[in-house]
Amino acid sequence: MVGGDVLVRFSMVQKTYDGEALVVKNLDLDIHRGEFLTLLGPSGSGKTTTLMMLAGFEVPTYGEITLNGKAINSLPPHKRNIGMVFQNYALFPHMTVAQNVAFPLEVRKVPKAEIGAKVAHALDMVQLAEFGKRRPAQLSGGQQQRVALARALVFDPELVLMDEPLGALDKQLREHMQMEIKHLHERLGITVVYVTHDQSEALTMSDRVAVFHGGVIQQIAAPDILYEQPKNAFVANFIGENNNLHGRIETIDGDRCTVVLDGGARVQATRVNVYGADMPTVLSIRPERLYIGDSPTDVTNRLTGTVVESIYLGDHLRVVMEVPGGSSLMIKMQARPNLSQPKPGDRIELSFRAEDCHAHAPLKVAAGDA
Amino acid sequence: MINQGADGELSPSTDGNAAIGGRALKARLRRAERMRKVAAFGLVAPLLLFVIVSFALPIAGMLWRSVEDTEVSSVMPRTIAALKGWGGQDLPSEEVYRAAARDLAEARANGTASAAARRLNYDINGFRTLIMTAARKAPSADEADIRAAFVALDARWGERETWAAVKRASGPLTDFYLLAAVDLQHDASGSIVHVPEERAIYLDVLGRTFRISLTVTLLSLFMAFPVAYLMSTQPAKVANLLMILVLLPFWTSLLVRTAAWVVLLQNEGLVNRLLVWMGVIDAPIRLIYNSIGVHVAMTHVLLPFMILPLYSTMKAIKPHYMRAAISLGAPPAVAFVRVYLPQCLPGIAAGCLLVFILAIGYYITPALVGGAGDQMLSYFIAFYTTDSVNWGMASALGAVLLATTMVLYGVYSRLVGDGAIKMG
Repeated sequence: MVGGDVLVRFSMVQKTYDGEALVVKNLDLDIHRGEFLTLLGPSGSGKTTTLMMLAGFEVPTYGEITLNGKAINSLPPHKRNIGMVFQNYALFPHMTVAQNVAFPLEVRKVPKAEIGAKVAHALDMVQLAEFGKRRPAQLSGGQQQRVALARALVFDPELVLMDEPLGALDKQLREHMQMEIKHLHERLGITVVYVTHDQSEALTMSDRVAVFHGGVIQQIAAPDILYEQPKNAFVANFIGENNNLHGRIETIDGDRCTVVLDGGARVQATRVNVYGADMPTVLSIRPERLYIGDSPTDVTNRLTGTVVESIYLGDHLRVVMEVPGGSSLMIKMQARPNLSQPKPGDRIELSFRAEDCHAHAPLKVAAGDA
Repeated sequence: MINQGADGELSPSTDGNAAIGGRALKARLRRAERMRKVAAFGLVAPLLLFVIVSFALPIAGMLWRSVEDTEVSSVMPRTIAALKGWGGQDLPSEEVYRAAARDLAEARANGTASAAARRLNYDINGFRTLIMTAARKAPSADEADIRAAFVALDARWGERETWAAVKRASGPLTDFYLLAAVDLQHDASGSIVHVPEERAIYLDVLGRTFRISLTVTLLSLFMAFPVAYLMSTQPAKVANLLMILVLLPFWTSLLVRTAAWVVLLQNEGLVNRLLVWMGVIDAPIRLIYNSIGVHVAMTHVLLPFMILPLYSTMKAIKPHYMRAAISLGAPPAVAFVRVYLPQCLPGIAAGCLLVFILAIGYYITPALVGGAGDQMLSYFIAFYTTDSVNWGMASALGAVLLATTMVLYGVYSRLVGDGAIKMG
């Protein structure tokens, strides 16, 4: 799907509300036809502003947004033909479910006979065919969100925007709805731009995820690449669980580098965005890529540390260790019968591969804090 | 089969236990709830008592006074008793005249004749002098030709109409006041007819009262809606300031506000001078002591009652509804009409009801800034209570006002839909 033709293009888009701080900085983004793109980031990162500019509720301060090759900067939102699902559903309380779903068709002056059939079909699609005569207030949160989905899809928009649509639901329902939305997307072949601050939601549903931070896209990639090859320390820490080890670059050799940790140990790492010797760096290692005891044959790095805590979680074991230099590392190891569980105070060796250990430039804020 | 005992107990014993447990549980629940109910009643009791004493009882009293009719029967009991058998076809028997002679003599002695005279005067103009003269010079009850003696006093004693009026006023209940309040009366034969043209005023006044109230309500709605909308969309600081401006008139006496309009709207007032200066008009136009003045002053006074319920409703309508409607393809105007406006309806309904009902009872403002032809029903109620002390008529007009308002409210709430009116 990635690489399909471009449906939406943001070129050099900037947005400021107060004329001082840019909420969105020089945004270049291509959204491909048929893809499920998630804008992920903490609050205030510019993801919702980006979505609102696409919907037409915010006007870019600079730059251009094109839809199907046509600039839409000055096109009012109601003429963009973009479906939208809001976080608080925004179902009209004075209309029945069926009237809500019929609304976009009625304002488009679709013939009456057609409306009935389309509404029935849309409600059927979200498994709410029986609920047409109810009021939104008589439905549960999950049902309301489905009605909102049906309403955003009923007029066959090419593009559907979703602004944290599952934020108000409990965890179990949220996970269920994630799959439902994903399947709807696959079945209907529409383009979806989805905003969330929940990284597991982003990884579950998306073809591509754009990680926003400070008004800038830090990385835009498929979920697995985002997880395995984060482009900087922010992405590494924001997506999934992560361990950080601070140190300095000693030598750089192609895409490998040697790093002296603050504790004095020397390790091999994959170079990401560090460019010279003696530069401070943060090494990112996923908890499941740290090994205690049996380790793969190709591990290149070994450290000795003290066990601080060890928690048994059924399918896996979480061990927190302290290594020289004061950093604490979290290790996730597969649980299996008769596994001897490390005890607090034990001094043991842990190991990891150079390719699982990414050397990033420290985040500016992190450096400032330190 | 096994469980079917001699007592016809069909259900398994466990169910029986559950039922007993359920009853016990309900009793316990009732006991537990009782204290709460007593406490809740205790909290509302002072207000309830106050409302009963100062509101419900007076209204009941007013409704009672509009049908009560005991003045004549208490002053002239013998006459009333004697008139019972009178059919009304010809003059009453001598018995009646004699009874009247005794009653009037006694009334003269007790000084109570005037009460009866006033009551009968409501029915037929000039009755006061008729009774008062008769009381003063009442023929002796032993007079041989008593009828002739009365007629000699005043020819009207020889008319059936006179006695019919006395009989109509015999009480203890009458529809006289209520009929009069809607320009109806009984004729001599007892059937209900319209009052003569020159005496028919109340239907006009009632119509005028509703017309003015309706106009004021609509004017308030059109002016309050944009203000309430603005307030609901502004940040809290600006909204609070606007709210204070809206409420400011509440802190000024009604009389002062009305008097201020007199100053502004009079011929040499600010508004007229401004219009002349701007060249809109050549000479001052009459803005006060006519219906313009009444509408302007009443709308001004009642505006906050429209703004407040509208504001509280609009405040609760989240902006994302409009955004959702627009994102679904509705142009802003369509989104406003189809999504925003319907959600304002409870506030519109409440505001209109509040303003209309308050306007119907308005008295001071029209009295001060209106002309003779702009007085509303309350003016006449006040007139009958304070000037002519005709409590029956005042009560009847009040009852008519109350009844029409209730009927209108019923129609209105049916139109708007049950439960759609939201006061706050």
